[in-house]
Amino acid sequence: MLDQVVFYFFAALAIVSAILVVTRRNAVQSAIFLVTALLATAGIFLNLNAEFLFIVQVILYAGGIMVLFIFVIMLVNLDVALHQVQFNRQWFVALIISAVLAAQVAAAIAVSRRTLYTMPAAPAESLQPNTERVAFYLFHTYVLPFEIASILLLVAMVGAVVMAKKRV
Amino acid sequence: MPYVLPVLFALVIVALLPLVAGYIVLVERKVMADMQVRLGPMRVGPHGLLQPIADAVKLLLKEDIIPESADRLVFWGAPLISVTTAMVALAALPIGPFFQIAELNIGLLFILGVSSLGIFGIVLGGWASNSHYSLLGALRSAAQLVSYETSAGMAIVGALLLAGTLSTRGIVQAQAQTEVWFIFAAPVGFFIYLVASIAETNRAPFDMPEAESELVAGYMTEYSGFRWALYFLAEYTNMIVVASIATTLFLGGWLRPFASTSYLDFLDWLPPLLMAGVAGYCFWRAPKQPVAVQKMFMAAVGLLCIVLALVLIMPMAAPRDSFLASSKAGIHGAFWFLFKVGAYIYVFMWLRFTFPRYRFDQLMRLGWQFLVPLSIVNVMGIGVGLALHRQLNWPAAPALILGIVLTLVAGAYLLATGEKHEHPRVGEEEEEETPVNA
Repeated sequence: MLDQVVFYFFAALAIVSAILVVTRRNAVQSAIFLVTALLATAGIFLNLNAEFLFIVQVILYAGGIMVLFIFVIMLVNLDVALHQVQFNRQWFVALIISAVLAAQVAAAIAVSRRTLYTMPAAPAESLQPNTERVAFYLFHTYVLPFEIASILLLVAMVGAVVMAKKRV
Repeated sequence: MPYVLPVLFALVIVALLPLVAGYIVLVERKVMADMQVRLGPMRVGPHGLLQPIADAVKLLLKEDIIPESADRLVFWGAPLISVTTAMVALAALPIGPFFQIAELNIGLLFILGVSSLGIFGIVLGGWASNSHYSLLGALRSAAQLVSYETSAGMAIVGALLLAGTLSTRGIVQAQAQTEVWFIFAAPVGFFIYLVASIAETNRAPFDMPEAESELVAGYMTEYSGFRWALYFLAEYTNMIVVASIATTLFLGGWLRPFASTSYLDFLDWLPPLLMAGVAGYCFWRAPKQPVAVQKMFMAAVGLLCIVLALVLIMPMAAPRDSFLASSKAGIHGAFWFLFKVGAYIYVFMWLRFTFPRYRFDQLMRLGWQFLVPLSIVNVMGIGVGLALHRQLNWPAAPALILGIVLTLVAGAYLLATGEKHEHPRVGEEEEEETPVNA
């Protein structure tokens, strides 16, 4: 019961702040609501007994990436953009496409509920100790994909540095 | 029922924290005065002991100004973010084996994650003020925090490798089992964390975000009264948090020095002796105070210290197996933990009044070109030491010392190559910018 209340609270928070992210005109306010949405997602992780995912979400997304977002927003002067004409005159087309997409997702859910096998929830004990479990799967079972992903990220980072530097 | 004790601890911490922060400010002013051969605050109470109360009253009564063009809601909420995150971070800290609000299996990550959210208070406050000084201070703060969080995190990883757990209590227990505080197993890691934690709390010599000679007061420029006090409270709470992390990770948490050496058990008498000494000093100074009220207050402080000494002695004098004797670990643990936190904060103050402020490019270079590489090498050095110890069955001491030596060699190399870039030639940048057809 309490689980459900907590879930719906965080889910509602995430959805409302996600809507506010795209409707706010002020970029900094959008960023604030994006932080709220990310934290609400972290709360859902915590509710699902995934403490490690929760704290990684808080540290990396809310504490790291969003700080850089806000940093860049402040560096770039966005006050000018506030007073310009917005390019949202095609909202009618966008609305139709969104509605079609939503209908598609709803149909998929409705069909899968009848035909597809939904996975049962994992017992809470099997998720503990959380950090060790994640580490085991990352560095043991899925070590090759993990390393490939980290090399990809490294390449992206080196590329960004090379592009940003005037003289290499 | 299981929530009664944690809620009680939380209430005590929230109620006491403003007072503790106020007295840390007083101690800081006194230490500064001592280093500059002055007396410091002397008027309010004996030796200025009531100064924090007077300051608090002054701050609460001050006019609360919100700039006209400020983003009111964000301006109003930003200090709250700072204070809340700093206080929530305290929840996972074990102040002695019994005083802990929440024992989490991700304890240390929780503290890091929550306190890394505190930057939003600074950045949003600086932005909402709609002032150039505030915005520049906020930008500097964000850049500085992101840079130094990296090396602090890597330094912590080194100690975590030694402990093998993320739970704060587990880390201290690991130090009790190995009978070595991790500052001796990973001295380079401790050094990196010390430097990075000063930078993270925005204190001199890294106080760029609020450099008064350049930015008035940085992100706090437009704040006054209670909101300003909240920022200050957050700053000092953050100091306590980083000092507590360092104590837990590197300085043995609540453990007494030489906790498992039984012939040094007489060290247990140090805390009550210290308290009795302070009490004796208070009684000796009391008659020399100029005003009768101050004499009485000084004597009262002395009495308080006597009471504390008695509390510390009680579990040792009590018969074995009684309830009091079993509370010894908790009471003495809390004493040692707070003692170490205090010592760490004293080092902060000492450094603040010793070093001049860094320039911003020096700050960034120190962070990215020295501390980050060094902290990565530090993790690898500890990893090599642990691998030699655990996989190849080397004795622990030589294996770890080998790792430390490797790290130090890398550090010396970084220092030697870094010298070249220390003084960039003036005009180099402009040359590149010159258009060809000018």
